[in-house]
Amino acid sequence: MDFFIGHYNYWIVIVLMMVGLYTVISRGNLIKKIIGLNIFQVSVFFLYISLGTVKGGAAPIITEGVKVYSNPLPHVLILTAIVVGVATTALALALVVRIKESYGSIEEDEIHNLDHSL
Amino acid sequence: MIDIVINITLLAFLAITSVAIVRMTNLFAIVMLFGIFSLLSAGLFVVMDAPDVAFTEAAVGAGISTVLMLATLALVKRRQKPYYDEAPRTHRTWLPLVVVAITGSALIYGTWDIPGFGAPGAPAQTHVARYYIENAMPDTGVPNIVTAVLASYRGFDTLGEVTVIFTAAVAVLLLIGGKRPKPPVKTKDKGKHDEA
Repeated sequence: MDFFIGHYNYWIVIVLMMVGLYTVISRGNLIKKIIGLNIFQVSVFFLYISLGTVKGGAAPIITEGVKVYSNPLPHVLILTAIVVGVATTALALALVVRIKESYGSIEEDEIHNLDHSL
Repeated sequence: MIDIVINITLLAFLAITSVAIVRMTNLFAIVMLFGIFSLLSAGLFVVMDAPDVAFTEAAVGAGISTVLMLATLALVKRRQKPYYDEAPRTHRTWLPLVVVAITGSALIYGTWDIPGFGAPGAPAQTHVARYYIENAMPDTGVPNIVTAVLASYRGFDTLGEVTVIFTAAVAVLLLIGGKRPKPPVKTKDKGKHDEA
């Protein structure tokens, strides 16, 4: 049971990561691919935050009478990663809008067909 | 104990939501589910003692991301029904499943050696983290260690982060902002889709 609780977080992280990877590989719709990438990204955030958690620890804000804090460094890294992740998502979505303008479609198959028929 | 229960429940919700996202074909519903996914993540970050990350995820992940995706959907929807559905798949379905199953099994095999969730003696907790927890307050006078590291110790990294966001904003504006020479498909205020 201890082993299960101790590793459950990591297993769910891997499940999320694989769901994201599967979406990216198997689905042809560009917006769905971007959402798959985002799921993958969030799973990495969970991995980092899980590794930084300390049993019985408090949030890393200095308070009187608190002895144990969680590890603040993963939090800093992930804070940065979330913001950068949204910036890259915005860029990807802008590319999708441009692709839609030029090809009239956001489905990978149709875009490939158009490219080959040129 | 209650922490662990909430943790397990929220993670299970997250896994279910992500599977629902994969199985759905209506993009509008998918974007909304992704908003729920981000909000659940924010809740989970609070449970895992990371309130700063939770704030950011709720504001940026659940808020701005969802708005950006909805704006994109409005710009790329089809002209007749179904407006938002993805096309039926034409790929083989078993190959991605095999790839994902193999990768997932290898990763799960890798978790056997990771120290358990919340173990105080884990290598991640014993090296440099202690320094910041002990010295952040005397060095910077900021009680929130995450803020102290982000804005003071690693201020230049944050400057780099701002550079990345600026670059992304410039790239988005170059791609879809302003007037473009030839719009082959009918366009309607495309320039309004600007960046946060």
